[in-house]
Amino acid sequence: MGIRERLSGNEAVANAMRQIDPDVVAAFPITPSTEIPQYFSAFVNNGKVHTEFVPVESEHSAMSACIGASAAGARVMTATSANGLSLMWEMLYIASSLRLPIVMSCVNRAVSGPLNIHNDHSDSMGARDSGWIQLYGETNQEAYDNIIMAMRIAEHKDIHLPVMNCYDGFITSHSVENIELLEDEKVKAFVGEYHPEHYLLNKDEQIAIGPLDVQPFLFEHKFQQAEAMRKAKDVIKQVQKEFYELTGREYGLIEEYKMEDAEYAVVVLNSTAGTSKEAVDRLRAQGMKVGLIKPRVFRPFPGEEIANALKNVKAVAILDKADGLNGVGGPLFTDTTSAMLINKVTAPKAISYIYGIGGRDVRVEDIESVYKDLQEVANQENVTDTYRYLGLKGGRE
Amino acid sequence: MLEIRWHGRGGQGAKTASLLLADAAFNTGKYIQGFPEYGPERMGAPITAYNRISDEPIRIHSNIYEPDYVVVVDDSLLEVVDVTSGLKKEGAIIINTTKTPDEVRPLLKGYEGRVCTIDARTISVDTLGKYFPNTPMLAAVVKVTKVMDEEAFLKDMETSFAHKFANKPQVIPGNMEALRRSLNEVKE
Repeated sequence: MGIRERLSGNEAVANAMRQIDPDVVAAFPITPSTEIPQYFSAFVNNGKVHTEFVPVESEHSAMSACIGASAAGARVMTATSANGLSLMWEMLYIASSLRLPIVMSCVNRAVSGPLNIHNDHSDSMGARDSGWIQLYGETNQEAYDNIIMAMRIAEHKDIHLPVMNCYDGFITSHSVENIELLEDEKVKAFVGEYHPEHYLLNKDEQIAIGPLDVQPFLFEHKFQQAEAMRKAKDVIKQVQKEFYELTGREYGLIEEYKMEDAEYAVVVLNSTAGTSKEAVDRLRAQGMKVGLIKPRVFRPFPGEEIANALKNVKAVAILDKADGLNGVGGPLFTDTTSAMLINKVTAPKAISYIYGIGGRDVRVEDIESVYKDLQEVANQENVTDTYRYLGLKGGRE
Repeated sequence: MLEIRWHGRGGQGAKTASLLLADAAFNTGKYIQGFPEYGPERMGAPITAYNRISDEPIRIHSNIYEPDYVVVVDDSLLEVVDVTSGLKKEGAIIINTTKTPDEVRPLLKGYEGRVCTIDARTISVDTLGKYFPNTPMLAAVVKVTKVMDEEAFLKDMETSFAHKFANKPQVIPGNMEALRRSLNEVKE
């Protein structure tokens, strides 16, 4: 039945890492992810894990050490946020292209500048095309569950891709809430032992990892990477199914909340989805047919699933906690609207809302106002202002 | 769902107090949230922390703007921070001060609800020999909000103190005394 506990998101994730007991953790502290290596290094010191903990001198080195260890054949985990992720940049692509199943928590925080330590999604959204699978979690429970599933997804023989476990800095990472933990032995049994097929420390198979890959080969290797990302959808669903059988907690590529008869929908990631569910219930009590879609996976993008869920709505607001700065709309908006077009779901009017930048608080009332906007949008002939801001002081003028 | 907002100064332990309250409520079977509002952290600067306590799972992840209760750990904040902002008049404000409720009410911008005071400094110094306002404040919050049964609260705290102070059990009786006195000395 699991263990009833109350933990912050970071404590929960550090405990999942203790239960997984990886071979190597290399990390450099950065707010708000610092507590993860902090708690974890205590587990190392107290002999709770057998992990080799590598306290490196920068995030670039953290990811480099993870890559080296993973290529050698180790099971590897790390954590970072914001500028730490930025400093890992070139190594993120090395990790994914070498097909190394590293699992990293990205505790979402605004990337500087100007300097801000609070939550938005500009860090992980910036890394969305680096070849990492990205899972997003609403609560400490989901952050914990996702990291356990992430290990299985990353190491699956058809995937071999690194996975980012994204959850909101401070809001989830530092807030103490109820959680149900799994027993240590159940986590260990679920993730299983890691036996890589090919690895550098295999004396019976001498291989090179990461050599020059010029015109005749790189294209095909990139294709293989893309294929793995495409296959990841089915693997994620399979792992979620097994996790459901273990825990009773049911997950999918997206979560739909009261979408069956919804006329107006919001698509939103992470902790704001919880606040939005409250808004949905309040508006439903007033007779408005509203619903919510929360993608639980952003890479691979569950485009078909989101488009299908939206096919009967009149209008949809796609909320991004990162401004794409592309002149069109946030990253979740552009991917969602592309998916709608590809899947021939063109009836709903779609609006991009940028919200919560740099930790701007998002209230239930804010989300209610979005649904009310959608009601107006649905009745308008021509909607031209599709790139909007929620909670911006003074509005766009 | 009960929503509580804490006002303190950096270093006084308002965040810790909010987490202790969350713990105590958790131990009586509730769903809880305990979280601080992180700002520019420095000793002495005003800080805010929050609690949600409910019989149902809690989904909202925003700060609290219309609290049922407000706790002020340092009465010097009354003139600096709008502590009663959004506070429901059916609720109450609990202030750590040597003053009486009638003496502090004029500082509360016309707040119409209950005003409760507790002299956490005297209780803390008498029972613990030092100024740790958390323990007496926690008991005052339990007394005023009735978020849990007082006896169950005392029993739970005794267990957590035994765990927390495993290496210095001699401080446990003082802490328990601080809780008991505080439960009896809240004024309104």
